[in-house]
Amino acid sequence: MTALLEVKDLKVRVEEREILHGLSLTVNPGEVHAIMGPNGSGKSTLSHVIAGKPGYEVTGGEILFRGEDLLEMSPDERAAKGVFLAFQYPVEIPGVATMNFLHVALNAQRKARGESQLTTPEFLKKAYAAAASLNIPRDMLKRGVNVGFSGGEKKRNEILQMALFEPAVCILDEMDSGLDIDALRVAADGVNALRSQGRAMVVITHYQRLLNYIVPDFVHVMSKGRVVKSGGKELALELEASGYAQFEDAA
Amino acid sequence: MAAVQETVDRVRQIDVDQYRYGFETLIESDKAPKGLSEDTVRFISAKKNEPAWMLEWRLEAYRRWLTMTEPQWARVNYPKIDYQDLYYYSAPKPKKTIGSLDEIDPDILKTYEKLGIPLREVEVLEGVVRPEGQRKIAVDAVFDSVSVATTFQKELKQAGVIFMPISEAIREHPELVKKYLGTVVPTSDNYFATLNSAVFSDGSFVYVPPGVRCPMELSTYFRINERNTGQFERTLIIADKGSYVSYLEGCTAPQRDENQLHAAVVELVTHDDAEIKYSTVQNWYPGNSEGKGGIYNFVTKRGDCRGNNSKISWTQVETGSAITWKYPSCILRGDNSRGEFYSIAISNGHQQVDSGTKMIHLGKNTTSRIISKGIAAGVSQNTYRGLVTAHRKATGARNFTACDSLLIGDKCGAHTVPYVEAKNSSALFEHEATTSKISEDVLFYCVQRGLSQEEAVGLVVNGFVKDVLQQLPMEFAVEAQKLISISLEGSVG
Repeated sequence: MTALLEVKDLKVRVEEREILHGLSLTVNPGEVHAIMGPNGSGKSTLSHVIAGKPGYEVTGGEILFRGEDLLEMSPDERAAKGVFLAFQYPVEIPGVATMNFLHVALNAQRKARGESQLTTPEFLKKAYAAAASLNIPRDMLKRGVNVGFSGGEKKRNEILQMALFEPAVCILDEMDSGLDIDALRVAADGVNALRSQGRAMVVITHYQRLLNYIVPDFVHVMSKGRVVKSGGKELALELEASGYAQFEDAA
Repeated sequence: MAAVQETVDRVRQIDVDQYRYGFETLIESDKAPKGLSEDTVRFISAKKNEPAWMLEWRLEAYRRWLTMTEPQWARVNYPKIDYQDLYYYSAPKPKKTIGSLDEIDPDILKTYEKLGIPLREVEVLEGVVRPEGQRKIAVDAVFDSVSVATTFQKELKQAGVIFMPISEAIREHPELVKKYLGTVVPTSDNYFATLNSAVFSDGSFVYVPPGVRCPMELSTYFRINERNTGQFERTLIIADKGSYVSYLEGCTAPQRDENQLHAAVVELVTHDDAEIKYSTVQNWYPGNSEGKGGIYNFVTKRGDCRGNNSKISWTQVETGSAITWKYPSCILRGDNSRGEFYSIAISNGHQQVDSGTKMIHLGKNTTSRIISKGIAAGVSQNTYRGLVTAHRKATGARNFTACDSLLIGDKCGAHTVPYVEAKNSSALFEHEATTSKISEDVLFYCVQRGLSQEEAVGLVVNGFVKDVLQQLPMEFAVEAQKLISISLEGSVG
């Protein structure tokens, strides 16, 4: 079986400084991987490089998506192929109604895949259904993208997009940051509802807390640009008890 | 917003130099001899069969113009214009006398068809059902120096609205033209307006009688076709007591290596309780990517809220021209009158824009609102220049101004030059200004969701200008939205 996402010995630099020093990770369909680690260990860099954010220089290794070279694709091609990044800090786009944004983006992806364009009524039906399941009021969809949204609303908007775009790999970058416990639960429920056999998730987080709600199949500990330990979900609990310090030396 | 994808498709079909109205219509034309003199003015006046008073008016303006010098204060640079090297009058040679639309030169009709401008009334006359939301628009088409067609004349006449080429109005409604022409923009107003007064050849004339709400949108499409020809149109719109009219103008020109001069004058007058809404989508040829060619656009537009409780609203989307020098203004003379200015000015490539407005508060409790969105890309320069004044008797004057500039890339410039003068202590003026760059993070967010880089820029820019686009009549808003994306094509690397 071809892995869904395969990161092999990835080396990445930002402005002359190497951030990832040979990172490997294999994600199969249906799996949920958690990536944990202290600040500056390279977690967000990994998510950005997979999604294709400019400003990172890949100096070694490769990333394969269903066996295809992901690094050769532009970020929008990756999105159309099914790579989704839920941002830690979703941006605001004033004047662009959320609904319009979702519609345009979904159709752009469908077009790239050679699928038909969704008409406005078709799209609205789909969007309202997805919004209802996430407790997102219709009024919020009329507002500018993330403009004046609370932290919880921004994250729910990310998950709404995940639900609409139906990606193959979802990377959730620090989804828990800035959320209180209730908002966290709502967001996590949304994510869990999207778990499926064909879809994989990579959950990036500092804290074990999030993993109480989104229970991973695998946990990887990152330190100084490498995966230093991998294990099952119990590894997260172990970390919560003993902290990251024990891995700092190992790296 | 589904227009975005469509826009991008359209953009892809367009060549490096993007401008899609750059074609030329080969047609015989009747021109005045090159250069400017009293004889040129007499020639134009004679061509139009004008009465003696009109010729005198022109000659007076011409003599005044000879004593004036070209203004230098705007933030634009261009080589000196040789006013003797231009044609001041050019008219398509009619193959025979025109009695109906069918007799217009098919090449001209095709030109407007290509531009997407409906000169045919047929479908409506036959009672064809139009898609919902699409309203009737009466069109006056001006080709080089003359008006070639005005549609829906009959229907407008029934409502009592006069909508015709100004050259016809001078002959048919001399009392109205005499009463209003030059009363908002006097012949001595400024260098370009004075030049226009001497040599204007055509333009639109609108009179809406008391209490009449004009039954449809009125619009004029200006097309400069002929080489080395200046276009000097003159528009005069009068809304009598309690009337309302919405007027749109659109402009395009062929792609040429030399610069072409466009110096128009627009005068608006509103009487008590009347309202004029004036919208422009200006897409003159901006020059090529090296800055060669393009229209020099020196325009004087001014509205006079002469009556109490009257209102004038300017909305403009400026994407074309090599040089833009334009300040649609409102004189708020009547008590409780209101002036509005909504503007989107986009500059790309080597374009230079110096545009803004003047709100002159003379009457009591007059209000004005200015929303200006400037977008600069390429190596262009984009200046907002505005004046808000309250005169001594303008008790309770209010103004709100918001000027936002968006920069795309790091080689362009945005400048804001507001002048504010309050001579009445009760005046309340607010001014807000912002300058921002499209951030990499916003673009990345959009492309991560599947939009291409260009679609992403188009989307962000359309969001930025939304407040102004909302002011445009719907048909124009869609066009304008597409135009904005096309104008910015290639602005991100």
